Amino acid sequence: MTKKIYAGIDIGSITAKAALISENTILGTHTILTGYDHCAAGTKVFNLLVSELGISSAEMQAIVSTGYGRSSVSFADNAISEIICHGAGAFFQNQDIRGIIDVGGQDSKAILLDSNGVVENFAMNDKCAAGTGRFLEVMARALELEPDQLGDFDARADKPAEISSICTVFAESEVISKIANQETRENIIAGIHDSAASRIAILTGRIGLAEPVMITGGVARNKGMIRALERCLGYSLVIGDYPQENGAIGAAVMASRL
Amino acid sequence: MHNKSFENKKINCARKMREIMTDYYLKAMSADRNNEKIAWITSGGPVEPLVAMDIIPVYPENHGAMIGAAKMGAQLCIKAADMGYSTDLCSYARADIACSVTKTGPIGGLPAPDMLICCNNICGTVLKWYEIQARFYNVPLFILDTPVCHTGYSEQAAAYVRAQIDEYIDFLEKHTGRKMDYDKMEYVGRLSFEGQKLWQKVLDTTMHKPSPMSAFDAFFFLALIVTLRGTRIVIDFYDELIDEMNDRIKKNISVVPCEKYRLLWDNLPVWHQLKWLSEKFSGHDACLVADTYTSAWCSAMKYIDKNNFLDSMAHGYAQIYLNLGVDTMAEHVVDMIEKYDADALVMHSNRSCKPYSFGQMDIMKIVRKKTGVPVLMLEADMVDPAHFSRSQIETRIDAFMEMINLRSA
Repeated sequence: MTKKIYAGIDIGSITAKAALISENTILGTHTILTGYDHCAAGTKVFNLLVSELGISSAEMQAIVSTGYGRSSVSFADNAISEIICHGAGAFFQNQDIRGIIDVGGQDSKAILLDSNGVVENFAMNDKCAAGTGRFLEVMARALELEPDQLGDFDARADKPAEISSICTVFAESEVISKIANQETRENIIAGIHDSAASRIAILTGRIGLAEPVMITGGVARNKGMIRALERCLGYSLVIGDYPQENGAIGAAVMASRL
Repeated sequence: MHNKSFENKKINCARKMREIMTDYYLKAMSADRNNEKIAWITSGGPVEPLVAMDIIPVYPENHGAMIGAAKMGAQLCIKAADMGYSTDLCSYARADIACSVTKTGPIGGLPAPDMLICCNNICGTVLKWYEIQARFYNVPLFILDTPVCHTGYSEQAAAYVRAQIDEYIDFLEKHTGRKMDYDKMEYVGRLSFEGQKLWQKVLDTTMHKPSPMSAFDAFFFLALIVTLRGTRIVIDFYDELIDEMNDRIKKNISVVPCEKYRLLWDNLPVWHQLKWLSEKFSGHDACLVADTYTSAWCSAMKYIDKNNFLDSMAHGYAQIYLNLGVDTMAEHVVDMIEKYDADALVMHSNRSCKPYSFGQMDIMKIVRKKTGVPVLMLEADMVDPAHFSRSQIETRIDAFMEMINLRSA
């Protein structure tokens, strides 16, 4: 008997992700840079994953797209917002989860789930990019680092710098002035993480996020950000196996319910 | 299932309304030639004495809404910034101040005022805004100060506001050289009261399921109760509109083809995105059945004695929605959710309007606690598109409606 396979495609502002699930299993995921052509990114990431796993089109039951470019995926059966998909993805991976913090490229969000995994409430950052993945990317660039290196530098900080600006552009100039004042990169990075964490904590407070809380989005791989968030929130965060692909996994879960 | 009787049919009265508004503005534009006086007045200000004294009231805020709806806010806001006004200021104020200089906008600017009437029951910005315009046009300014009714309306506050009504009439008499006809004043008062009553009746037609009109229609039809309050025109028009709504109810014509969800809107509209927002919500089978904004022009009716209008209007104008404490505002929102049987509340956190947006977080919490309905907060601005991001708003609305849909499944 052929397996019933469901696909989710998450077109984010920085990366495009695809995930395939079957029953209770995640078959695989794939991530590429989105670029400017959302439609092409959706097709490409989906085809790469399908050929990687050797899935036949007969096995594919339904496809759901999500993320900012969700409406550009013409071959998807439905487009669903990332809030719902992140909720479904986190609950699919861990049914104890009641809260989700997703730090995406363009926005960050806090999502509250009920005991059935249905989204009960959510809050998203306002139009400012502070506290998002893009914010951290800009800061990494100012410090001539790759975003992946931020965690290690944070771990070596002894006195996190104060980054008070709430605007990404102003925070960047603040960072540059700290560099001029010969503060260490480690301390500046820790300060950047603390600043972003305080922005995200506002969202969790707004909806009264309940524990256990899973962190999703590429930022979950940044240990420094986890440190800052946990300190700011006063509790530990759950990090799943697929933080960056969680939205795509959730989209696949939603596809299985179509 | 799409039923033919549910087809979205345009509201016929809209055309007549446009004609009335055109006549109103033409009359105001030709006031100078006809030797008539013009007073600019804030939207929540007591207009009835002006009407009783045959002074044409003109509303910069209504003009601001027109600028927003005509998508002309961006250029005027840029002009205001050039003139040195911060982008954090109210976009009605910025657009109006800029338009006075450029004489552009949808109607080429407002007719110049002979006097300015500023009542701070809606916000504090109007004080500085009107002072600036008083200097620009070199005309007298009357300020009616209505203390915020945080927990109630004290006797002292009542006496203070009432005394200013007499000063207001003295001001009008002085600057027109005419005497107030108090019989006419009472007559205008009765018309105003009747107009407000009918406006409430128009808004109440949306209690019917499915709703024959939406808040987007109310945002449009509101212009009459704002600009022509105290005249017979309002009464005749709203009578006709109510008849049309009742007819739609009888024929089961709904504004949203397949109304499934009923939403309550808080704050001013996002004037430059009315069509997009209306289609966005309609696409989710959601109808904005009511709002706290348009109902503000009849919310203080309970304080008004139609047989003693002049005395009682001080109470009414001091206790409009925006001049109340957050707890009272929240109670009002809760009452509206029950009255219109709303499934959710959508709050527009309006960058421009501080008194409306301040306290929304608290109101949100109170409403959630008391009613359990979900609340969505949208960050935007009524006129300035620089404070609006369509894709971000779209994600929030989609997620919110999907959440409601999943929760009701």
